[in-house]
Amino acid sequence: MRQDDLYINKIDWITIAIYAVLLLIGWFNIYAAVYDEQFPKSIFDLSINSGQQLVRIGVAVLIILLIMVADYRLFENLSWILYFLFLGFLIITPFIGKEVNGQTLSIGFGSLRIQPAEFAKFTTALALAKFMERPSFDLSQVKHQLQALAIIMLPVFFIMLQPDTGTAMVFSAFFIMFYREGMPQRYYVLGLTFIAISLLALGIENNLYLVVGVAAVIFLLIMIGKKKISRIISFAILGIVIIGYSYSLDYVVSKLPEHQQNRIMVLFNPDLDPLGAGWNVTQSKIAIGSGGFLGKGYLEGTQTKFDFVPEQHTDFIFCTLGEEFGWLGSLIVVTLFCALLVRLVMLAERQKNRFSRVYGYCVISILFFHFMINIAMTIGLFPVVGIPLPFFSYGGSSLWSFTILLFIFIKLDSHRIQLLGRMG
Amino acid sequence: MNEQRPITIIIAIILVGMVLLTKLFLIQVADDSFLKRAERNAIQRVVDHPYRGLVNDRNGNIMVYNNPIFDLMVIPKEFNIKDTVRFCEIFQISKEDLIEGYTAARKYSSVKPSPLIKQISTSEFAKIQDYLIDYPGLFVMTRAVRSYPQPSAANALGYIGEISATQLERDTVKYYRQGDYVGLSGIEGFYERDLRGVKGVKYKMVNVRGIDKGSFKGGEFDTASVAGKNLTSTIDIELQKYGEMLMEGKRGSVVAIEPKTGEILSMISAPSYDPNVLTGSKFSSNYLLLNRDESRPLFNRPIMAMYPPGSIFKIVQSLVGLQMGVLTPNTTYACNRSLVACHNHSSPVNLFGAIRNSCNPYYHQAYRAMINREVSSSTFKDTEIGLNAWREYVLKFGLGGPLGVDLFNEKGGSIPSSTLYDRVYGSGRWKYSTIYSLSIGQGEMLVTPLQMANLAAIFANKGYYYVPHLVKAIDGDPRRIPEKYRTKMDVGVESHHFDLVQDAMAEAIYGTAARAAIKDITIAGKTGTAQNPQGEDHSVFIAFAPKEDPKIAIAVYVENAGWGGRAAASTASLMIEKYLRGEITRPSLEEYVLAGKFM
Repeated sequence: MRQDDLYINKIDWITIAIYAVLLLIGWFNIYAAVYDEQFPKSIFDLSINSGQQLVRIGVAVLIILLIMVADYRLFENLSWILYFLFLGFLIITPFIGKEVNGQTLSIGFGSLRIQPAEFAKFTTALALAKFMERPSFDLSQVKHQLQALAIIMLPVFFIMLQPDTGTAMVFSAFFIMFYREGMPQRYYVLGLTFIAISLLALGIENNLYLVVGVAAVIFLLIMIGKKKISRIISFAILGIVIIGYSYSLDYVVSKLPEHQQNRIMVLFNPDLDPLGAGWNVTQSKIAIGSGGFLGKGYLEGTQTKFDFVPEQHTDFIFCTLGEEFGWLGSLIVVTLFCALLVRLVMLAERQKNRFSRVYGYCVISILFFHFMINIAMTIGLFPVVGIPLPFFSYGGSSLWSFTILLFIFIKLDSHRIQLLGRMG
Repeated sequence: MNEQRPITIIIAIILVGMVLLTKLFLIQVADDSFLKRAERNAIQRVVDHPYRGLVNDRNGNIMVYNNPIFDLMVIPKEFNIKDTVRFCEIFQISKEDLIEGYTAARKYSSVKPSPLIKQISTSEFAKIQDYLIDYPGLFVMTRAVRSYPQPSAANALGYIGEISATQLERDTVKYYRQGDYVGLSGIEGFYERDLRGVKGVKYKMVNVRGIDKGSFKGGEFDTASVAGKNLTSTIDIELQKYGEMLMEGKRGSVVAIEPKTGEILSMISAPSYDPNVLTGSKFSSNYLLLNRDESRPLFNRPIMAMYPPGSIFKIVQSLVGLQMGVLTPNTTYACNRSLVACHNHSSPVNLFGAIRNSCNPYYHQAYRAMINREVSSSTFKDTEIGLNAWREYVLKFGLGGPLGVDLFNEKGGSIPSSTLYDRVYGSGRWKYSTIYSLSIGQGEMLVTPLQMANLAAIFANKGYYYVPHLVKAIDGDPRRIPEKYRTKMDVGVESHHFDLVQDAMAEAIYGTAARAAIKDITIAGKTGTAQNPQGEDHSVFIAFAPKEDPKIAIAVYVENAGWGGRAAASTASLMIEKYLRGEITRPSLEEYVLAGKFM
């Protein structure tokens, strides 16, 4: 009894409050996305998305209660079992799943279907936390780095088979957690440089400009530092590698399937094909951009409601918000997400054992990645990637998996005292 | 080192949030092009076309109205019939046509309406109206087509048609859109701005497939259309119809004017056409036919045909001479046929006799006196000065330029000035003997039938006229017609000079146009013969009546009908009687005119 008191008092209600507010705003937006002025239906109507989503929210609340009453050691103990169970689901999905638009994402019966890839996010997080909890684990060792990477790449491999590039990309977010856990900084410097060069190589029409730019920078670096032969040679090699990479990137992109190629190209120039590959981004930007400062008012949006934006209630749900609540609405939601993430960093940092902290950072990594990439793609800052906006997007699997992901951490956090002293 | 990393992560989170919000600010607040594109996407501007104004004649008889016709529209997706045979029976359509129409509609769009049966008349519509409710996906769209219950006055009323590219370009206020119908000629053209009304706009929301999703913001920005203004024409439709009947099978013009107001009672152009053929879907094909017709039914002769005025011009010469002081009632000249040919009458004659007998040598000599006033020692210079001074008098009679009737493309005729002769003969190389034909209304002088009728009105009014016009009131208000039709125009000849002219014209009837005389109605008239080098001369007659209190002034041109005393005078006389009495007391004269054997 005392123990219960102890942990109820330790529950972080701030996180739960932000979660609830985001969920509520999301639910209202799902209703707005399908609202038909001529045949208005109640937000509770089970024949429309908002009604169905309410049922899913109800299920999510049940899941939360189950997590909260469960033994806090359960998740840690079940980490590997859950990881391999969902890995199994991922393996069989392409064989027994339902194929939609060339993708096989879900398994199940009738209307009771789940997407294993969504749940693999938290099982992988648990497995990583469990693996990294060992006192001997050291991220500065290449061997350990590769082992941790293997835990991530295993599910990614099978998710790619479905194929679900978007969800697979989410797993790269774990590098945020690795960063906190001491992965050497040089990887991130290299990685960010790599991304920057990739963007430049794709964005700049003529690679000659890039070559001249890189050559100039290398030349400057050589001139500034000590003029040792070995240093000059290594910089020259670096320059050649960068230039070679950017040319090969263009070649690789040209060999990609056309729809993926288009997704990349419209990022740099959405007017390239406004009715084809650029349609989603163009319409999404029109919807959000037409919202103005205060928005058109709840249920007054025209772009999302009249189907101009595809996938408006799932991956493009942010359009409804941007159109009907304007920049002010966007400000509130972006601030809420940032607040949630910062709060989670604070919670992760107060964990007394490594398992909880690593798991906490996994939660941060995944939510941060989803939030950043989803909104960025709706406003044309990132190629269209089919990943949902946490707590907003319509759909059971994503809502439940985000809920489980988050509430396992809240549960662990509330027991941080009991978990004391197991710090690695 | 790892202790700083959580801070780095927090900074990264906030940085990403700021980047997103900045980009959002740029597209949502700083750039309003997205709002415009959104409106273009989802808001459809539907024009509500106003009801075009009606035209009545001067007695309230309807001349032009809008006839509703109906198109039966189908939305293929919602359309479904169980009993095809019964459907075809009710809607009077063959099974083949139904299948063809439905297939075409389906091909266009399964969710947008397409016409299934076009141009259903009001009576046919009444029959199917009640059945419509049984057939989902069917509805009726109403359109209005101009209609003319009396198939007459075609050239005066004009027609409407699709706006041309050049008209669209000239429409700087962008009122019109491609495909709009506008008045192209006649009253329809001239009073387009009054007749058209004001378009209304409805803003509708549509989804990505173009399907109607209701009005935008509950119709807050919608404007209702305003119906066009109704016009009251000056035309007496009964007189117009009668004149058209008389002119049937002939070529020419009849223009009748109410002298005191300038209101055109009739404006007949023969041959003409039924205005109903230039309406609706038949417009293009019928227009081509009319345009190719050798008798030129689209040529509005009263304002576009130009002829030498001939003898009728002698009255103008008399009045100008009197006003200049060159002539007095007692001025006499010998009928010297060595100057110019004439017909048998006593000689010498005074002015009265000259008008009554239409004496050519009299006017040859009188005109010389008007032109050569000996203001210059050079006879050439003297003639030039004299001609231009004389021309100023004549122009005031509404000659030498368009009168300004409320129709497009009015021709102005011509009264030559010294410039014309300078161009032809060279400056200082022409004198009176060059221009003397003008004395008797021949030579380089042209007038339109409308100008002739206006001359008759001037003679009737003793020196003034109102610019002839076809519309006397807009929406029942006579003050809304253009100012110029309400402004008295003085011809600059004192009214007492007209007494002699009127008397002589009344006398002349018995001399040159005995057929025109009507019992109990005093007609003042003058015959003319417009010389036609291409064939038989044109028969011309102008008149006004009753002489004591003129109610009608008229000019009649019958082409290739010879001397004015026969065809033109008879037609004018019948028109006057019809207008003043409302009936014809001389059926034999009517038969004579209808038969049309004047030669």
